Amino acid sequence: MKDQLQSIYELLEGGGGKPPEIKIPGRLIVTVVLALVLVSVGWSCFYTVEPEEVGVVLRFGEYNRETPPGLHLKMPTPIERALKVPVQRQLKMEFGFRTVSAGVRSQYERKSMLGQSLMLTGDLNVAVVEWIAQFRVRDSYKYLFKVRNPRATLGVLNEAVMRQVIGDRTVNEVLTVGRQAIAAEVEVRLQALCDQYDLGIKIEQVVLQDVNPPDPVKPSFNEVNQAQQEKERLINEALTAYNKVIPRARGEALQLVQEAEGYATDRVNRAEGDAAAFKAVLAAWKKAPKVTRKRIYLETMEQVYSKLGSKQIIDDDLAGVLPLLQLGKGGAR
Amino acid sequence: MNVSQRILIGVLMLSIVAVSGSPCYIIDETESAVVTQFGKPVGVAVTDPGLKFKVPFVQKVNRFEKRFLEWDGEPNQIPTRDKRFIWVDTTARWRISDPLLFFQRLRDERGAQSRLDDILDGATRNTIAKHNLLQLVRSSNRTAETSTETGGNQDKLTKIEAGRDELAAEVLAAGVAGSADLGIEILDFRFKRINYVEEVRKEVYTRMISERNRIAEQYRSEGHGEAARIAGEQERELKIISSEAYRTATEIKGKADAAAADIYADAYNRDPEVYAFLKTMELYRTSFDENTEAILQTDGEFLRFFDDPG
Repeated sequence: MKDQLQSIYELLEGGGGKPPEIKIPGRLIVTVVLALVLVSVGWSCFYTVEPEEVGVVLRFGEYNRETPPGLHLKMPTPIERALKVPVQRQLKMEFGFRTVSAGVRSQYERKSMLGQSLMLTGDLNVAVVEWIAQFRVRDSYKYLFKVRNPRATLGVLNEAVMRQVIGDRTVNEVLTVGRQAIAAEVEVRLQALCDQYDLGIKIEQVVLQDVNPPDPVKPSFNEVNQAQQEKERLINEALTAYNKVIPRARGEALQLVQEAEGYATDRVNRAEGDAAAFKAVLAAWKKAPKVTRKRIYLETMEQVYSKLGSKQIIDDDLAGVLPLLQLGKGGAR
Repeated sequence: MNVSQRILIGVLMLSIVAVSGSPCYIIDETESAVVTQFGKPVGVAVTDPGLKFKVPFVQKVNRFEKRFLEWDGEPNQIPTRDKRFIWVDTTARWRISDPLLFFQRLRDERGAQSRLDDILDGATRNTIAKHNLLQLVRSSNRTAETSTETGGNQDKLTKIEAGRDELAAEVLAAGVAGSADLGIEILDFRFKRINYVEEVRKEVYTRMISERNRIAEQYRSEGHGEAARIAGEQERELKIISSEAYRTATEIKGKADAAAADIYADAYNRDPEVYAFLKTMELYRTSFDENTEAILQTDGEFLRFFDDPG
C-alpha cells in the first residue's frame, strides 16, 4: 500500500518542465481525495432501519436478505445497497377530499377533489362519494420490485373498484342503506386486485366518509326526507285523533248501557214491590172484605176531607139548591 | 507534465471508462437489459439481477423496466350505443415481457406508451360504441335493497346482459391481440372513471331533481291518504259504538218495562175490582187539596150519620 502511494507521489511530482504557476501540493490533493473516498465508502457500510420498517439489501442488484430494525453493516455501496420499507406503519390514502390540517378538529378540502368523488350509480344517477383506504405493506419484496409506483397503482385501483361497486347500486342504496355493504365489497375486491397485481399490500380497511348527492340536487333529496317526515306526521295526527275519540265513545256507550240496566233493575224491583204489597193487602182483604173496604174508604175520606179547602154540606132533601149557591167563596168548616 | 495536467488526464480517462469502458455492470431486481454492439443487439436479454460482464467500449447496456408498468388513457368523450356521450378515463397494467423484441419494435417506454395509446384508446372506443351506457356502469344483476316499506317508489336496477367486467375484458382482449408482436404483455385493463359530460350532467341533475320531487309527492299523498283512511275509520267506529249502545240500552229498558208490566198484571189480575177500589182511594188522597171546593150530600157513606145517628 505504502509503495503504491509512493509511486503515485513520484508520478505526480516526477519530471521537470515548466515550473508550476500554482503551487498545488500533489500529496495533499491525493490524501484529501483518498480520505474522502474512504470516508464515503465507510459511511455506506452502515445503515439504520427504523422500528416500523424492514431493510432489504441488494447485492449487485440482486435481492440478498431482509434485515430487522436497528443498526446494520453491509458491504460498501456499489456492491450492496439497502432499501427500507415501512411494513409496520399503517398507511392511509384519501379519496374525494384532502385533510388540510389534521388535529382534534381536522379541516378538509373537497371542491378540488370532485373529479375523484363524483361518480355514476347503477340507476344512472350521480353521487359524491368520499372514502379512505387503510393498508400496510405485507410483502416488502413485492412492494419494491414487482410494480412501479405501487402507491399510485393502489390509488388507481381504489378509484376503479369503488366506481364499479357504486355502479352496481341505486343512488338510494349509496346514500342510505348500502354504505356498510359497499365498503365491505370494495375491501374484498381491492384486496383481490392487490394480490393479482402482486402489490404486496394488505388492505386493512376501507371506510366510506361523506356520501352525498351532488350539490345542485341536494335540496330535492332533503325534500324527500321532509316529505317522509310529513307523511309520518300526518298519520300520527290522524291516529292521535282516533285514539282520543274512540276510547271515550266506548266509555260513554258503556255508561249508557249501564244506566239502562240500572233503570231496568229499578223498574222491575218497584213492580215487584208494588205487586207484593198488593198481594199482601189482598190476602188480608179476603179475610174480611166488607169491613176492610169500609175502613179503607173512611180512612181515605178522612184524609181527603181534611185537606179540602171549602166544603158545603147539603141535606139530600135540598138537592135543588145547587143552582143558588155562591160558589167560589170559602164555605163553613 | 505537471500535476494539474496529470489530474486532468486522469479525470478524462475515468470518464471515458465510466461511459462505456467498464467491463461490468449491475442489473437490479427491477431491471432487465439488452446489450448492444454498435446498435445491434447481442445475445439474449438479461433478466436476472446481479453483476454482469460485457466488452468495454464496444458494447452498451440498454436497460428496461421489469416491473409492472402503468398506462393511463387520455380521458375522452366517447359515445355509447344509445348515443350518450360520456367521459371515460381508463387505466391498464402492462410489462415488458420480451426485452429484445421490445427493443427492436418500440425502442423505449415512450414509444410503448404511444403505441398503447393507439391500441387501447381505439379498442375502448370500439367497445363502448357497441354497448349501452348502463352496461358500462353496471357489473351484475343484483337486486337493489330498499330502505323503507314503501317499495314502490324506490329506484330499481334494470337487468343487463353484459356488464363492466365483460366490457373491460373485451378491451383487454383487443389490446392483447394488438400488442402481440411488440414484446409487451397487457395484464389488466380497467375503467377508472366514467362521468357525464358537463351539459349532460345538467340534464341528469334536472332529471334527478324531478325524480326526487315525484318521490316526495308520493310520500305526501300517501300520508294524506292514510290519514283520511284513519279519519274515516274513526267515523265508522264511532257510529257503530253509539248505535250499538243505543240498541242495547233500549232493549234492556224495553225488556224491563215488559217484565214490570207482567208483574203488575199478574198481581192485579187476581182481583181487578179490589185493585180498582184501592187505586181510586189512592187517587182521592192525592188529587184533592185546599184549592178544591166540594159540595157534599148527606146521603153519602161518609156523611150518612150526619143527620141521623141511626
